Amino acid sequence: MSKKFGLNDDGVVVVIGSGAGGGTLGTELALKGVKTVILEAGSRHEVPDFKNDEWGMFGKISWLDKRTTSGDWRVARDFSGLPAWIVKAVGGSTIHWAGASLRFQKHEFKVKTHYGNIPGANLLDWPIDLKEMEPWYSKAEDRMGVTRTHGIPGLPGNNNFKIMKKGADNLGYKHCHTGRMAINSKPRDGRGSCLQIGFCFQGCKSAAKWSTLYSEIPKGEATGNLEVRPNSQVLRINHDKYGKVSSVLYADKSGNKKLQKARVVCVAGNSIESPRLLLNSSSSKFPDGLANSSGQVGKNYMRHMTGSVYATFDKPVNMHRGTTMAGIITDESRHDTSRGFVGGYEMETLSLGLPFMSAFLDPGAWGREFSSALDMYNHMAGMWLVGEDMPQESNNISLHPTEKDQYGLAIPNVHFDDHPNDIAMRNHGYKQGAAVYDSVGAVRTFPTPPYPSTHNLGTNRMSAKARDGVVNKWGQTHDVKNLFVSDGSVFTTGASENPTLTIVSLALRQADRIASEMSKKNI
Amino acid sequence: MENKENQNKVSRRNLIKAGSKTLIVMSVLPTGIIVGKEKAWAAKAKSLKNDTFATLIQVSRDIYPHDKLDDKYYANVVAGFDAAAGKSKADKDLFENGLVGLQQASIGKYNKKYRDVGWETQRVQLLRDIEKTAFFQKIRGTLITGIYNNQEVWPLFGFEGESSPMGGYLNRGFDDISWL
Repeated sequence: MSKKFGLNDDGVVVVIGSGAGGGTLGTELALKGVKTVILEAGSRHEVPDFKNDEWGMFGKISWLDKRTTSGDWRVARDFSGLPAWIVKAVGGSTIHWAGASLRFQKHEFKVKTHYGNIPGANLLDWPIDLKEMEPWYSKAEDRMGVTRTHGIPGLPGNNNFKIMKKGADNLGYKHCHTGRMAINSKPRDGRGSCLQIGFCFQGCKSAAKWSTLYSEIPKGEATGNLEVRPNSQVLRINHDKYGKVSSVLYADKSGNKKLQKARVVCVAGNSIESPRLLLNSSSSKFPDGLANSSGQVGKNYMRHMTGSVYATFDKPVNMHRGTTMAGIITDESRHDTSRGFVGGYEMETLSLGLPFMSAFLDPGAWGREFSSALDMYNHMAGMWLVGEDMPQESNNISLHPTEKDQYGLAIPNVHFDDHPNDIAMRNHGYKQGAAVYDSVGAVRTFPTPPYPSTHNLGTNRMSAKARDGVVNKWGQTHDVKNLFVSDGSVFTTGASENPTLTIVSLALRQADRIASEMSKKNI
Repeated sequence: MENKENQNKVSRRNLIKAGSKTLIVMSVLPTGIIVGKEKAWAAKAKSLKNDTFATLIQVSRDIYPHDKLDDKYYANVVAGFDAAAGKSKADKDLFENGLVGLQQASIGKYNKKYRDVGWETQRVQLLRDIEKTAFFQKIRGTLITGIYNNQEVWPLFGFEGESSPMGGYLNRGFDDISWL
C-alpha cells in the first residue's frame, strides 16, 4: 500500500521522527502532494500489540538507549539512565501521551515582555503570537478531535475527577472540568469513543485517543506520497558545498548504513535526540554542529515544572478506572506574581497502576511509611502538576565526552538544575494540591517528585534573531535554509500547558510553509 | 527538597504503625527446606546458604511490609535471588557478603541474629545503616517489581489489572464513587 522512494531520489522531504511533530508534518506534506520519507528509529507496533501492562509496555515502546544525566534534579539520582519517559516507535510519544490538548495563553508567547528579567533565566519572546497561531490551533483541534472545541462534548468524569471537582469547588476554584482532550467522547474520524479503559500511557486499546500512528500516518500513506521506514536510526545529516543539507545517513534494522538523498530535511526526534543529531552532524563548515552558529543547539532544555499530589481517603476511589487525565483545574495557570513566582501551572488528574505507583510515588523510599501508602492503593486519588519552567542556558543536552552508542556516536547527557522559580511554583502546587484533597477529607497526602521527563522542550529554540536561537518563526534553521526542526525542541519558552497541541499546530503551519517554499523553488 | 517536604507532610499525619512486630514464623528443616507458618509455603535454597535465604525473606518483608501479604510472595522474590546467585558469582558474593555484614551489625547492636530481633523498628534501624549499599539496593530494587508487578497480589491492593478485555470501565464503575 505504501509508496517506496529510492535512496537516490533527491526530490523527497526527509522527516526524522514520527511523533506529534514528525508524524503530523509528514502526513500533511503527503496530503499536499509532497513526496515524503519518514525515518523512524523505533519499530511499528499497531493497536493489537498494546497491552494494559505498565512494565510490559514500558519495555516494549520506551526510548531506552543509553543516556546519562547530571544536575540537581532528583531524576538524576533516582533514574540516572532514564532522563526522559518517551517512546521509540512509529507514532512516537503520541502512543504514550495522555491526550491533554490546551492552547497557550496570550502572554505565554511573550514572557520576556511580561515577566521581565528573571535572574538565571534565559527568557525570550516567541517570534509568533497567539493571534497568528489561533487558526492553526483550531485546525489542529478539529483534526485531533479535541473535546470542548468544535462542538465536541467533554468526556464524562471518572472517580478521580469527581474527587478533584469536589475539592476544586470547596476551594473556590472556578475552572474545573474534564479537560480538552484529544480522546473521542463520541465516534469521530473513523475511530470509536472512549471506553474508560484506563492505561492511557500504555497505548490506547480502543484508538479513541489521537495518535499519529493510526490517526495521521495511514492517511498520508494512502496518498502514495508518504513512506514510513521504521527501525531506521538516523546517524548524521550531510550537507553540500553550498551549506545546504543534501542527504541523511541512517542505520536500518540490521545495522546496515544507508544514505537517503533529500531536498529538505525536517528533524523531529524530540528535544534530546534532535539537538544530539545536529551536534553529531558537525563538519568543517559547521564545526560546532549543524545549524549551531548561535551556540544555542542543545541549550535552554526545559521539562516543565512538574510534580504530583496523591492522597488517600477512608473510602474507595478506584482512580485507575477510566481516562487517566480527563480532569483539570486551570485557575493556577495564570501569571500572578503575588504567589511568589512568575508563570503558572495546571492541575490535571493522574493515576498510575500499582506497579508504577510503587516505582514513582517516592522513588527509593521504603519501610512502613511508604508501604502503608500503597496498602491504600484503591483509596487513592491523584493529580499531576504541570507548569512553566524557566529556560536556563546551562540546562542542556550535550554530547558525552567518552560514552558512545552502538554506532560509535556520542550519547547524550541531559543536565538539569531547577530554577528557584520552578521550586517556588512546585511548592505552591504541592500546597494547593494537598488542599484540594484535604478539603474532601484526605487521610494522608503525598507530594510526589517529578517523573522522568515526558515534556522535553526548548533545545533548538525559535527566535526572531539568528544569534538568540536555532530556528526562525517557521521552524526553519537560521543557518541552513532547507533544514527544519519540527518538534517541541523549537519551543522558545514552555508555557504551562501540555505541549502536544502546540507541536501539532506548529507542524501543520510548517507543512504549509514548506510546501509553499518548495513550489516557489525557494528550497 | 521534595524528599524533605515529603517527610514533613507524612509525619504531620502520623498514622504509621512504626512499632509493628512482623517477625516471620519460619523454620529451616534439617533437609534445608525452609517452611513457613503452618507449612503454608516452603522453599529450598540451591545456591545461597539456608540462613541467608531465610534472613533475606525477613529483610524483604521489612523493606516493604504489607501485613496483608503472605510470606510466600517475599519468599518468591528471594528464590529469584537464589537463582541469580546460581548463575553469577558476583551476585552470590553480593548476597552472602551482605548478609555477613548485616548479621555482624545485628549481633553488635542487639546481641542477636537478624531473624531473632523481635521488633520491626529495630531491624529497620539495621537496614537504614546499609541502605546505600549495593546489597540493599539490589534487594529493594528487585522487590519493586517482584512484589508490586506480581499479578497475584494486585487484588489484595484493589488494583484490577487490565481492563480492555472486559470492555474497559465504561459500564463497570468508572464513575461509581458514592461517598462524596
